[in-house]
Amino acid sequence: MPDLLEFKNLRIEATSYPPGEPPRDVVLVDGVSVSVAKGKVLGLIGESGAGKSTIGLSAMSFGRGGVRLTGGEILLNGRNIRGMDAAGLRALRGREVTYVAQSAAAAFNPAKRLMEQVIETTLHHGIMGRAEAEARAVSLFAKLGLPNPESFGRRYPHQVSGGQLQRAMTAMALCPKPDLVIFDEPTTALDVTTQIDVLAAIKEAIRDTGVAALYITHDLAVVAQVSDDILVLRHGKMVEYGSVADIITAPKQAYTQALVSVRSIDHQEKPEAPAVLSVQNITARYAGTNFDVLKNVTVDLPAGQTLAVVGESGSGKSTLARVITGLLPAAQGRIRFAGRELSADLAGRTKDDLRELQMIYQMADVAMNPRQTVGTIIGRPLEFYFGLKGEAKRKRVQDLLDQIEMGKGFMDRYPAELSGGQKQRVCIARALAAKPKLIICDEVTSALDPLVADGILKLLLDLQAREGVAYLFITHDLATVRAIADKIAVMYRGQVVRYGGKTDVLTPPYDDYTDLLLSSAPEMRIGWLEEVLAHRKMESAGN
Amino acid sequence: MHPILKLVVQRIALGLVLLLAVSLLIFAGTEALPGDVAQSILGQSATPEALANLREALGLNEPALTRYFKWLGGILTGDFGVALTNGQDIGQAIGQRLGNTLFLASAAAMISVPLAILLGLVAARYNGRWPDKLISGVTLSTISLPEFVAAYFVIYLLTQVIPIFQPVAMVFPGMGFWEKLQAVALPVIVLVLVVLAHMMRMTRAAVLNVMQSAYIETAELKGLGPMTVIWRHALPNAIAPIISVVVLNLAYLVVGVVVVEVVFSYNALGQYLVDHVAKRDLPVVQAVGLIFAAVYIGLNILADVISILANPRLRHPK
Repeated sequence: MPDLLEFKNLRIEATSYPPGEPPRDVVLVDGVSVSVAKGKVLGLIGESGAGKSTIGLSAMSFGRGGVRLTGGEILLNGRNIRGMDAAGLRALRGREVTYVAQSAAAAFNPAKRLMEQVIETTLHHGIMGRAEAEARAVSLFAKLGLPNPESFGRRYPHQVSGGQLQRAMTAMALCPKPDLVIFDEPTTALDVTTQIDVLAAIKEAIRDTGVAALYITHDLAVVAQVSDDILVLRHGKMVEYGSVADIITAPKQAYTQALVSVRSIDHQEKPEAPAVLSVQNITARYAGTNFDVLKNVTVDLPAGQTLAVVGESGSGKSTLARVITGLLPAAQGRIRFAGRELSADLAGRTKDDLRELQMIYQMADVAMNPRQTVGTIIGRPLEFYFGLKGEAKRKRVQDLLDQIEMGKGFMDRYPAELSGGQKQRVCIARALAAKPKLIICDEVTSALDPLVADGILKLLLDLQAREGVAYLFITHDLATVRAIADKIAVMYRGQVVRYGGKTDVLTPPYDDYTDLLLSSAPEMRIGWLEEVLAHRKMESAGN
Repeated sequence: MHPILKLVVQRIALGLVLLLAVSLLIFAGTEALPGDVAQSILGQSATPEALANLREALGLNEPALTRYFKWLGGILTGDFGVALTNGQDIGQAIGQRLGNTLFLASAAAMISVPLAILLGLVAARYNGRWPDKLISGVTLSTISLPEFVAAYFVIYLLTQVIPIFQPVAMVFPGMGFWEKLQAVALPVIVLVLVVLAHMMRMTRAAVLNVMQSAYIETAELKGLGPMTVIWRHALPNAIAPIISVVVLNLAYLVVGVVVVEVVFSYNALGQYLVDHVAKRDLPVVQAVGLIFAAVYIGLNILADVISILANPRLRHPK
């Protein structure tokens, strides 16, 4: 029997328009040959830019933006769909192959009820009548563990949570009974505690409906839970292809080995030291609401150390950062910083307060002015706080660039010419330029690929050892916490539920929430998902 | 109270306050005009006694504030006063002409709004290809012509070259609906040509903007055809900006078409206003100004309300 889907020597190209240069063609995917049998799941894994999504979408012969499928064969149900005409493609999209996007929140039309969207494909292709399609959608909602499956479809996308939308999108993909579903990072945008439920729901739905799937992710631990086979990609080329067990227990290629053993940082908790930042009984709410986003939060951060604040989205982590920086004045409580009391309001702070407390953000590319060069961006705090000009400034910028391990040529480049990791490094250099005592790092590695993120964490630890700067490190990723923290505060619904030295916090007995959080972080072994689900005590807040 | 209802009530209340402010401005503006109404009625050769008598009779000697409130009170009870020049009741004179204005405006709107939106959708569908360029080219040329040039061109074409219409748009009370429609055909064509481009371009831009969204890709990957994607998934999310431009054009059709009225000798509000501005007949100018302001404010409130209703987040709060 022929395979359901087979790529033969697939080649995909696009035209790139680098600033100030003539357009040129770039090869996104080259020489990929892989197949998926009926009812099997193939995991596609790699860093961003590895061509995972591009390959996934090519299974529907779809090129996002100006992407062109230029070579090889894409055999779906025995026929080559590369170069098929538009009418032929419309007939197969949604009928034979469906798609689950990374951000269901953006992939649902905000103006239409969920049911309308979930059954749209089924009706459009005339697979079922309306009543039958709605009944199937309701049964899929129930199978995927959505609340009130009967009435769920009457809601609008903004009325349900991100985790629920991701499940609704899975229901939408399964409703027309396709042969193949493409899951494009379906759990990446979710909290770990929610991810695990969605992952389990997807896995069960795949098993029960017997559909085949392409599962795209950058997280090897996740793909190990749902796939039969794994294809490791890098720069659009195949690195390694084999069964899940082979890839995660006996990787042959160096790159796969690096992926499997990522997070190799071994960071020892530092001894107690006097606090540089002391947050005392902070309560805060946003203007115009009557809900406390932070409730009585008290934490200390010793000088030259790292306090990791962990929790899922909505737990108040970033609000805590806003309160400390003065962007959101606290309703109650005090903040002591470097031996002095900080004014709650930004307007009441001195220039030194501002200088000694710097921030680095998750989205490095929107945290920089795209029309300024790296030299201008890093030079700005030097000018503003220290009055440096001309050659002195230029020399100091070069020092800082050396510190973040970026060489000479970067001073006159624009942010658009940098990679994700380099952009984040420039943001770090900008924060360092002010000679701060404390840097607040808000999910600084979340948007980066694991290996790049690892480099950033190593750099941060290095800088801490040399400059003695303290970090308040906000993250939802426990592996990051293990790598970098000296102290940990676990936040849940605006409160600190667990706080102390890293070793203490990560040693049982746990409170229920910390247990949930720790157990939800995917582990790289087969059967982990089922094990964890059997032992869970509480639901995540995002569910 | 449902949040939508609250928003709508707020908008309407705000509109009324705005209208009151406009009435004050109109009154103050006409008050500040140089010259004297009595003088302009009686002419240069009037005797001082006659002038004084007329001023007394017109109530011009009372303080401005008193006159403002009298005027406002009259309007609120439906009394617009009488025209200084011919002693006619302004309310009556306006009533008939307002009917003509609204007739012409709605006839033009009925054709131009659906046509503009349709053309906008087609242009968005074929973005950058020849149908898009053709539609943009033609509509932008018609908007670039001054109205009277377009009007004379249409007259020449449809009464001389292909003689199917009358060059003047005379309407009388008692005319049948179809007769009236036939009479205004030419001005309607001109107005459609004038307002089409603006609405078409906005529809195209708003739809193209929405076409960047992830949910449009979702719709494409469902196998829907391009026109279905635009109609079902893009347009509902592009309503707000389209509506606000449509309403601006509707307001223009009511208050801004005096040139077209003159060219076609169409007896409507614009002509009436211009005539009486020339004669310095301030009560008429004030009354018509206030009606125009009310139309503008009312239509903009309507646009606001429709935009609010088009937003599912406001219609269906969490």
